Amino acid sequence: MATSLRSILLPISRESVRTIRAGEEILLSGTMLVGRDQVHKRFHALLADGEPLPVSIKGETIYYMGPAPAPEGWAVGSCGPTTAARMDPFTPELLDAGLIGMIGKGPRSREVREAVVRNEGVYFYAYGGCGALYARKVTRLETAAFADLGPEALFRITVKEFPVIAAIDALGGSIL
Amino acid sequence: MITQARIRETVADAVTKAGVLLPEDVSSALAEAYRAEGEGSVGKRVLGRILENLEAADACSLPLCQDTGMVLVFADIGTGVSADLANLNQAVEEGIVIAYRDNFFRKSIVKEPVFERENTGSNIPAVIYHTLVPGSDLTLHIVLKGFGSENCSALAMLNPTAGPEGVIEAVVRMVRDAGGKPCPPVVVGVGIGGTADRALQLSKRALLRDLTDRNPDNRYAHLEDQLLQAVNELHIGPGGLGGTVTALAVKTAAEATHIAGMPVGVSISCWADRKVSIILRDAEAETADAETAGRETAGRDTAGTPGVYDADAIRS
Repeated sequence: MATSLRSILLPISRESVRTIRAGEEILLSGTMLVGRDQVHKRFHALLADGEPLPVSIKGETIYYMGPAPAPEGWAVGSCGPTTAARMDPFTPELLDAGLIGMIGKGPRSREVREAVVRNEGVYFYAYGGCGALYARKVTRLETAAFADLGPEALFRITVKEFPVIAAIDALGGSIL
Repeated sequence: MITQARIRETVADAVTKAGVLLPEDVSSALAEAYRAEGEGSVGKRVLGRILENLEAADACSLPLCQDTGMVLVFADIGTGVSADLANLNQAVEEGIVIAYRDNFFRKSIVKEPVFERENTGSNIPAVIYHTLVPGSDLTLHIVLKGFGSENCSALAMLNPTAGPEGVIEAVVRMVRDAGGKPCPPVVVGVGIGGTADRALQLSKRALLRDLTDRNPDNRYAHLEDQLLQAVNELHIGPGGLGGTVTALAVKTAAEATHIAGMPVGVSISCWADRKVSIILRDAEAETADAETAGRETAGRDTAGTPGVYDADAIRS
């Protein structure tokens, strides 16, 4: 199954994003950010105050996820996606600030879809609930900021052949 | 005497298993859903990954989903039980702490919901309901409730004249609103009757039922069939990406309510329907129970109310 799928490297280039169409299953390899509700709330507060974010999000992809602890010998524990809709209110401003990709599960708002098109971004669906499967695809995890948030901190992870389905593409195509 | 240590260890074992391995009824339903989705469809692709994930969790002893949930416990306490009930919650929560600490489960519980939201670091407190039931067993029904699906819970206070059509319309609306958010294919628990809070609690009770069981009341069995069909006609599909299987099952639990209303509570479980029931029985009580069992259950038809495990017991 895996051999027939297209591989795309992270950070993803604008040129790559333009070739992606909703419905295509893709294997992602490289590094991406990981953040969920509280990270988005803090990003929003920083942007509102005109403060710099703790890491640059330009050209980055963010995975909506809060990992389970890693057993000995693993980079991370169970690590499937969380529901993307909770990040909807914060997402357009992040895309406008340079974020290019998002990975999560479930539907997105119209505002998010418009922001994806406006910025030529992409929203990938990750297989909901498949935390053990994804643990095998992560080779490295480091805390990037907000360590006080525990499993909700901002992380950077390195992944290899991480399976997703393009759910909203840069032309506004959607399978949601 | 059922000791604190026994409760603690039994709960720790049960929670550990629940977080890694799905119950047979659920894994079978997922395998069946995989067969049912069309060849080459996105729904089949999603279910294929879900089955792959079940194998990965089992092979690596990892929790199958990183959201190992808030623990919900229905403690059905036999009125003749011999146990230190004053410390029951403590023993149960000690078991939960051990399971989450030793098995790389995520700790997802915050102390206080509005302001600081500081993580307790132990995944307790749990939500624990106590119900008195006949007999001398202590039965613990445990659910690891993920919040992607819990956030899709809903309540409808229907008119008393709404009938089964009203129930179907309300449940379909709630499942449609949930869409792809709760990780379909889902299990839908529908609690009908009581008060608003009671209907929602009943909806959680309904989620405890075996997916393959048949409601002993034919009217409710038929309603469940109609609900399942109506929900699947939404074509939300696996992962919310479209398909024929939106729900693996719809289960109801109904009980008495007021002449002016019909509360309908809906709880949704993601496909990772992590539930486990354990029965603790005092060895000394076992002999005594065998002698009195006939007398205790005589004249009470506990199967008379569909999907309700405790309604009669509460009144007894």
